[in-house]
Amino acid sequence: MNTVLVANRGEIARRVFRACRRLGLRTVAVYSEADKDALHVRDADRAVLLGPAPARESYLDVERLLDAARRSGADAVHPGYGFLSESWRFAEACARAGLTFIGPPAEAVRAMGDKTEARRLMAAAGVPTVPGSPGPIADAAEAVAVAAKVGFPLVLKAAGGGGGIGMARVDRAADLATAFATATRRAQSAFANPAVYVERYLERPRHVEVQVFADAHGSVVHLHERECSIQRRHQKLIEESPAPNLAAAIKDGLTEAAVAGARAIGYVNAGTMEFLVDAAGGFYFLEMNTRIQVEHPVTEEVTGLDLVVEQLRVAAGERLSWRQQAIQRGAAIEVRVYAEDPDKNFLPSPGTIARLEVPAGDRLRVESGVESGSVVTVHYDPLLFKLIAGGADRDEALARLRAALETTVVEGVRTTVPFLRKVLDHPDVRRGVLHTQMVDQGAFR
Amino acid sequence: MPEEIKAHITGVVFQIPTKKGDKVGAGDPVIVLESMKMEIPVEAPRAGVVREIKVQEGQTVQEGDTVAVLD
Repeated sequence: MNTVLVANRGEIARRVFRACRRLGLRTVAVYSEADKDALHVRDADRAVLLGPAPARESYLDVERLLDAARRSGADAVHPGYGFLSESWRFAEACARAGLTFIGPPAEAVRAMGDKTEARRLMAAAGVPTVPGSPGPIADAAEAVAVAAKVGFPLVLKAAGGGGGIGMARVDRAADLATAFATATRRAQSAFANPAVYVERYLERPRHVEVQVFADAHGSVVHLHERECSIQRRHQKLIEESPAPNLAAAIKDGLTEAAVAGARAIGYVNAGTMEFLVDAAGGFYFLEMNTRIQVEHPVTEEVTGLDLVVEQLRVAAGERLSWRQQAIQRGAAIEVRVYAEDPDKNFLPSPGTIARLEVPAGDRLRVESGVESGSVVTVHYDPLLFKLIAGGADRDEALARLRAALETTVVEGVRTTVPFLRKVLDHPDVRRGVLHTQMVDQGAFR
Repeated sequence: MPEEIKAHITGVVFQIPTKKGDKVGAGDPVIVLESMKMEIPVEAPRAGVVREIKVQEGQTVQEGDTVAVLD
């Protein structure tokens, strides 16, 4: 492995380039016409234009990406997150083209991408799953039959989807038929797959996930948990580790289940097992993300390890350089700064960043894809940058992050910064009492 | 009285679930914009009949642009 093409943009492309440089690897950026002046393009040794701004004609176009790899002499591809990172077809196409895909085997991506298949595989591996239908349901009548066992409220989910898109809560049997029809239609339009399945709806659960890492030689380790309950529209806003107020027995259960699940599917490279934890301490497998995650720096800050460097090493066939170890020093917390207007229900806020000032300091890390003058277009994800603070304990990390947000200035577009300040000041957040519905229920208004 | 329906956000027209002559209720999506990976409906401010759709799928619209007219 000599030259890595990053099939992505923004902060994650820059993060991967940094890891490549640490290992002395050459770097190739790809970009759309809208991104010709973007920071990630300047960061790489070489940059290849993919096509027009719309993602399907640039960052989602497999043929153009493979062509860019050929033209630039890349022998490996890192998909980042989003875009094609969880497309098993892309992973397979890279392999067929003789490129090392820096991620798991295509088969693991495929199995975990099918949410009902993932539930089935995890249940078989002894990982607890949310009670629900064993697979996609055929019609509203089957939904009624499953509901009789699972109980209300329940949730209809797209089998081919994720990220909460197309999810519908149903409170009464009388609403099932309409909800089933709507969910099927939405699943078809969003994921080109109409299949939906049923799960029990958990009231005010926490989202706790476990970072796992495996090599091609049979080693699987976990790198502890991340608490990611502060979300809007099922998208995370704040992540931290360790998860506050989580009993040691529950944490041990989560990490053991995560490792068992990854092992059962022959997983290789970095992955995340997501769980919901209910008030009684029960935990249930939600889904597995077969890629590096936005919030990976939180784990890096508490373990002192470089996850992206390890991804590159493992993809090159090397053994994991870590044994399962208890290293977890202090705490870390991350906020995501999105170009969104929190006063307008997080509507996107495209524009030009007139001014950007992000503080620097000890145990304060910034992962940014933008600078003053950057244009934020409507075409891509609204993430601008992430701020990550570490500390000897949670209070110290929180205080450091809160102070950093106070001096963060973004002008020209609306951002989540003022909202994030409010969240960090909230008494329940300060106490570490969190659940996934806090934002939607208006806790931070 | 005809009423112009304006985009409340900059985005790309993702879907047009209505056509000229359709009856819509208050709050029904007249067109759907896509911006930053989100689908954002532009809703009818009141019940009425769609007199004209002023945009096409794939077109970029700016905040404040008229996307449709309601009779």
